[in-house]
Amino acid sequence: MPAVQETVERVRRIDVDQYRYGFETQIESDKAPKGLSEDTVRFISAKKNEPAWMLEWRLEAYRRWLTMTEPTWARVDYPKIDYQDIYYYAAPKPKKTLSSIDEIDPEILKTYEKLGIPLREVAILEGVEPPPGGPQTPSRKIAVDAVFDSVSVATTFQKELKAAGVIFMPISEAIREHPELVQKYLGTVVPTSDNYFATLNSAVFSDGSFVYVPPGVRCPMELSTYFRINERNTGQFERTLIIADKGSYVSYLEGCTAPQRDENQLHAAVVELVTLDDAEIKYSTVQNWYPGNSEGKGGIYNFVTKRGDCRGRNSKISWTQVETGSAITWKYPSCILRGDNSSGEFYSIAISNGFQQVDSGTKMIHLGKNTSSRIISKGIAAGRSQNTYRGLVSAHRKATGARNYTACDSLLIGDKCGAHTVPYVEAKNSSATFEHEATTSKISEDVLFYCIQRGLSQEEAVGLVVNGFVKDVLQQLPMEFAVEAQKLISISLEGSVG
Amino acid sequence: MSLLEVKDLQVRVEEREILHGLSLTVNPGEVHAIMGPNGSGKSTLSHVIAGKPGYEVTGGQILFKGEDLLEMAPNERAAKGVFLAFQYPVEIPGVTTWNFLHAALNAQRKARGEDEISSPAFLKKVREVAKSLNIPQDMLKRGVNVGFSGGEKKRNEILQMALFEPAVCILDEMDSGLDIDALRIAADGVNALRSPERAMVVITHYQRLLNYIVPDVVHVMSKGRVVKSGGKELALELEESGYAQFEDAA
Repeated sequence: MPAVQETVERVRRIDVDQYRYGFETQIESDKAPKGLSEDTVRFISAKKNEPAWMLEWRLEAYRRWLTMTEPTWARVDYPKIDYQDIYYYAAPKPKKTLSSIDEIDPEILKTYEKLGIPLREVAILEGVEPPPGGPQTPSRKIAVDAVFDSVSVATTFQKELKAAGVIFMPISEAIREHPELVQKYLGTVVPTSDNYFATLNSAVFSDGSFVYVPPGVRCPMELSTYFRINERNTGQFERTLIIADKGSYVSYLEGCTAPQRDENQLHAAVVELVTLDDAEIKYSTVQNWYPGNSEGKGGIYNFVTKRGDCRGRNSKISWTQVETGSAITWKYPSCILRGDNSSGEFYSIAISNGFQQVDSGTKMIHLGKNTSSRIISKGIAAGRSQNTYRGLVSAHRKATGARNYTACDSLLIGDKCGAHTVPYVEAKNSSATFEHEATTSKISEDVLFYCIQRGLSQEEAVGLVVNGFVKDVLQQLPMEFAVEAQKLISISLEGSVG
Repeated sequence: MSLLEVKDLQVRVEEREILHGLSLTVNPGEVHAIMGPNGSGKSTLSHVIAGKPGYEVTGGQILFKGEDLLEMAPNERAAKGVFLAFQYPVEIPGVTTWNFLHAALNAQRKARGEDEISSPAFLKKVREVAKSLNIPQDMLKRGVNVGFSGGEKKRNEILQMALFEPAVCILDEMDSGLDIDALRIAADGVNALRSPERAMVVITHYQRLLNYIVPDVVHVMSKGRVVKSGGKELALELEESGYAQFEDAA
């Protein structure tokens, strides 16, 4: 049948057609010598003009890392990584010191334009264009921190944020300008000894974003960081630290893309969130690193440690993630519910196609009294991919009245992929209420045929059904990103039915 | 020219021949009823016309407005005006009925080279159609067929029929799972869509449905063939004597 043939062709072209961000920017860059040693760590620290305490912190992490072994418990399979064959630092060569956005290398500006990321301080219109002559839709501003390989190249709306008291800057700058805040919080949520990849990150992280929202302040705009890996054979090790002081609120979004290449590239990030009394952080991710080609060649290894600490009473942390990229994803955004009455949320859509492997989920650690958490996970596996949800919900002995609701749904497309659910539940006191629901379903031929009989193409039908499946998670994303994510989901699944 | 012409159709499913040379000619404006016992191949015929995967056509042809229907992809057939009202409409959680209908209508329009219809214009149109069929507006906001009663599911099929304005409607066992009131409501909807340009093929096991949707022609199917054709009175005759008399004829 011609339709089947067409689908087969599409699957073959997967890597070329679908990944729209696979281009490479030609730019001169400044790199650390290949490989990892104390000298590499010193080199990075010196490049960033870091104070001595920071270098010491890094070296300690590096020494620790030397004693650790790579974790193997995740349901992912990849050849051994040669850590000496990676560049740990790459930065676009600056033409001179920048004082405004107009002085950024035009090649970089073009890159972000191509990616659709506003580096100029323009307000983004929400959703649709206003009707001609009609009332203007109130515009919404989004401040962006753009990280290109190992350095932040631009951060927008800094002035306006400063007026509100919000600090939003590259973490390398924060280390110099706000050492007291960085020292107080860095490594307190994800300690340098936490795990192999987090420890590696602590030694060699080069940039990332730093956010501090002072007491009682509702951040006046969405904050976002856009990560781009460009340089070949380079790892990206960014570090993000967000602190919401008492009674404050901030919504933050990160996006990621990389050029398509035959070799695998390592991305080992650490994100730490801290909320004090009555504060709230909403953290959203749209992860679209290059997933590799149709034979499973190339793609990003995304080994990321993300954790939030609800340190204060009544505080709240909410993670929302849309994961469509990367050859391998190893990622468990978690919440430590330390403050009484604090709450944590995890909303996830993880899509895998081709030869992608996803092992992702969350940990909700209930420590305080009357803490609550909610987990909604939607895994979609297509092609020959493997998609695992791994989660832990635990209640400490003193965490009386802890409540959790977990719903894990998996959707299979085709018969060569796999979906796995590995939930761990530990309640150390009798007053905890934990609920867990899980479903696994297949997009049935009958549902597809119904849609196609109504005029939709196979791809449109799959896109529609999948978007319906993930709807409750998409609703958690800020509006303009929800629209983007919806498109991304359809693109990721093109050619998935054959 | 006839609207739909099935000529000597032979169809296999997994090496087993289900239709052994079935012929059927449907002209614009006509309502044909296809009756027959379970396993006679009625639903297979409807699925093959609509292009459902899993059937192998080993002989014969199907012409739609003179064009070879079997050469067209199923969604292409839909855009050309072939509509199948399903015996068991599927549920699509998380996708609102109105979103689904909008996407489907636009896909059909695009395939025909027409402009896509905007959300406000579509909303207006679908509301009008729903109103004309006495279908409550809140059905449009619910997930496609999710939690719908049997009657509601069938009315949703009729709503789509009215919205897409197809040239040929195949109604596959529309009466299954409906009580008498729901059946009457569904039949009223179908009757409202009868027109001199549109043809309908009503597939049913029981004569009951044909009291409400009165056919011009009745065909009796048995063992993969049409064994007798006649006027509406043939249905009544069947009700009296049953299908047994045709078993040998086939």
